[in-house]
Amino acid sequence: MTQHVSAPRDGTGKTLSTGEPPAWRTALARADVRTLSLLGVLAALVVIGGVTRPEEFLDTRNLQLVLTQASVIGVVTVGMTFVITSGGIDLSVGAIVALASVWATTVATQEYGFSGILFTAVLVGLGCGLVNGVLVAYGRMVPFIATLAMLASARGLALQITGGRTQIVTVDGVLKLGERDSYVLGVPPLVLVFAVVTVIGWLLLNRTTFGRRTVAVGGNAEAARLAGIDVRRQRLYLYLLSGLCCGIAAFLLVVLSGSGQNTNGNLYELDAIAAAIIGGTLLSGGRGTITGSVLGVLIFTTITDIFALNNLQSDVQQIAKGAIIVAAVLVQRRTASTA
Amino acid sequence: MAPEPPLLTMSGITKSFPGVRALDGVDLDVQAGEVHCLLGQNGAGKSTLIKVLSGAHQPDDGTIAWRGAPVTLKSPIAAMRLGIATIYQELDLVDGLSVAENVHLGREPTTAGCVVRGREARTATARLLERLGHPEIDPARLVAELSAAQRQIVSMARALSHEVRLIVMDEPSAALDPDEVGNLFRIVAGLTATGVAVVYISHRLEEIRRIGDRVTVLKDGRAVAGGLPARSTPTREIVALMTGRTVEYVFPDRPRSRPPGEPVLTVRDLSRQGEFAPFDLDVRPGEIVGLAGLVGSGRSEILETVYGARRPATGRITVDGRPLRTGSVRAAVRAGLGLAPEERKAQALLMLESVTRNVSVSSMSRYAYGGWIDRRAERAAARAATRELSLRPDDPAVPVGTLSGGNQQKAVLARWLLRGCRVLLLDEPTRGVDVGARAELYAVIRRLADEGLAVLLVSSEIPEVLGLADRVLVLREGRVVHTAPARDLDEHRVLDLVLEGGPVAAEGSPTS
Repeated sequence: MTQHVSAPRDGTGKTLSTGEPPAWRTALARADVRTLSLLGVLAALVVIGGVTRPEEFLDTRNLQLVLTQASVIGVVTVGMTFVITSGGIDLSVGAIVALASVWATTVATQEYGFSGILFTAVLVGLGCGLVNGVLVAYGRMVPFIATLAMLASARGLALQITGGRTQIVTVDGVLKLGERDSYVLGVPPLVLVFAVVTVIGWLLLNRTTFGRRTVAVGGNAEAARLAGIDVRRQRLYLYLLSGLCCGIAAFLLVVLSGSGQNTNGNLYELDAIAAAIIGGTLLSGGRGTITGSVLGVLIFTTITDIFALNNLQSDVQQIAKGAIIVAAVLVQRRTASTA
Repeated sequence: MAPEPPLLTMSGITKSFPGVRALDGVDLDVQAGEVHCLLGQNGAGKSTLIKVLSGAHQPDDGTIAWRGAPVTLKSPIAAMRLGIATIYQELDLVDGLSVAENVHLGREPTTAGCVVRGREARTATARLLERLGHPEIDPARLVAELSAAQRQIVSMARALSHEVRLIVMDEPSAALDPDEVGNLFRIVAGLTATGVAVVYISHRLEEIRRIGDRVTVLKDGRAVAGGLPARSTPTREIVALMTGRTVEYVFPDRPRSRPPGEPVLTVRDLSRQGEFAPFDLDVRPGEIVGLAGLVGSGRSEILETVYGARRPATGRITVDGRPLRTGSVRAAVRAGLGLAPEERKAQALLMLESVTRNVSVSSMSRYAYGGWIDRRAERAAARAATRELSLRPDDPAVPVGTLSGGNQQKAVLARWLLRGCRVLLLDEPTRGVDVGARAELYAVIRRLADEGLAVLLVSSEIPEVLGLADRVLVLREGRVVHTAPARDLDEHRVLDLVLEGGPVAAEGSPTS
């Protein structure tokens, strides 16, 4: 009964006897019910895709495409998972991606080449995250409001920078990164970045003091404070982290589209929150799972792909996504009440 | 008394919660037009009894008769329909609504079933407020803008907006200034004159003497005396009724001699506006100092202020002779203070997390290299700390939420043991801990002190303070009224001091 509560977040095993549990048992205990069911859903989607469009869906290029598309929102979702685990929310992620991508692709920035674009995207993301963090942690604003304000202003600033025009990237190094020649053993570089961010995020959440503090702040901020944790500083770091992820995602988006647009990242906040929630991160904080979030992203991206291949319109996709979110939350509530 | 049946008769009321028998066959009868006072120590069952009376709890056993006829109070609405209104300690007003809207909440006068007739509601509210002697409260004002006393008046207006025959008041004077208490008493007298009965709960004996007609004393879930005359029963008798204990706790022996050495913790002139007056305190290594007092006497506030969770108005604190920056929990933890707070679930524990993580949360950086946690070392250290306190089950991987109250408290203590703290602040350490596990917890606390910790203990259970502490500070309404070695005090003496002040502050114009 309690297995899925403690198992995914620590490897301490579930044996009641003394001594360390064997490694295989630890691994089995960690693969909890929720993760398995998400994998099950993903497998079912692959079967559906394979059956309805056997030629196109299982093609290597399609898989590369799905993973590439998952990369941008996936990196954002990793950052969002941390913020939600701490009991917060970041509604500004899509707007930060937009602002970072257009700032990184202005004519002036592009003069500095590859590193100029990368550096600017990351710096803009961090800057926005800093503002969010300071407002929430030290200005004592509700995260919903602070990041909503950031959403509005970052989008506005992005529009002001571009004047509504698409900014084409002319830096070869950046463009080449998106081409097939740069694939490493068939894996697009963007997907590699996503993988690295995922692994770092998992380690950060599950193996470091930073992750512990994040969970503690989200689980019980008052208890964390009375245990001697600097709750406000932790909150600041979390929004910085989310901003950093947005900066990285913005760079990936620039590589992917070869341009910067103020409409980039539209509704990313909703996709990232939805992926984190169906993955098993509690919206109220105190429990977060990077594995679940990444599976959530893959499920959403795969659905989009299958619908596109079957020529179904995006309206149907949206309805399906909504249904999945509702189903996932209902399942989550049931498991929470039995825990 | 009158030949007609009492307004309310509760007989044999029994109510159990998991692990506690909160009420055990309690009888209470209330006559129309009287002020019936309920008296008892914390945890005696007063709150549970009035929740049964207001329909918020269903009794497991027992009967309730209303004007001679048996009734069941299925819900607060059912009780309200009969004419029973309850004014809780925690006022249940909606801040964002106006006075009139609050008074009529749920029963707004409407046109066509949906359009609220605001003017009518305001006029009716103004009439009620005038009857309560507070015509200056504007019915159109937001409740958020009112003072605590005014909110109380609004709560009362709400109770009176029904056809009401019995009003239950749970410590109505707790949030009031002395002159506001005077007005409260005038209102109560006005109500009883019209035949309304009042069930009045208070810790303050002098209030009960002033307005009470009869007193029922509760202790450990039983009514040990019913319907005593409120004005003429001697204080000593009431105190004896409140304390005559049925459960004896086993306390560990005290070390024979007073522990030597310089104080670890010194507090000088510490105060907080409206909570507690300036006081001094020293705690030596190996010493347990107890703070005794009722709820609202400032005990928990003192602990939290020493710990830096509240910022003091005046005062200095030193730990091991070094001045402590006040108002900072992190500074306090770094200096070697540890707090086991009153509300374990809300203030201390991460209920979803394992015992290990709960124990290591205050010292995890010790098991981390550049932020990377060595989980093996962490687990071993947490296990060593929990074993030392014989925490059960002996498996640090279980979620802390699955432990019993006593073992949860041990997890909190293990946290500070692992951290290596010098001063342990314990706020109600046995709250929610069943009787059997208490003795063990007492032994643990004494052993920690014997090993050189300085302990500052707060408890509303006076025997606990007297049994465990070496020295006791008695608090009354934010003032230290007496300090003495625990062996020179007994429960009656402390209760006297706590209820009626003492030699120091007997003149008693309470702060706040």
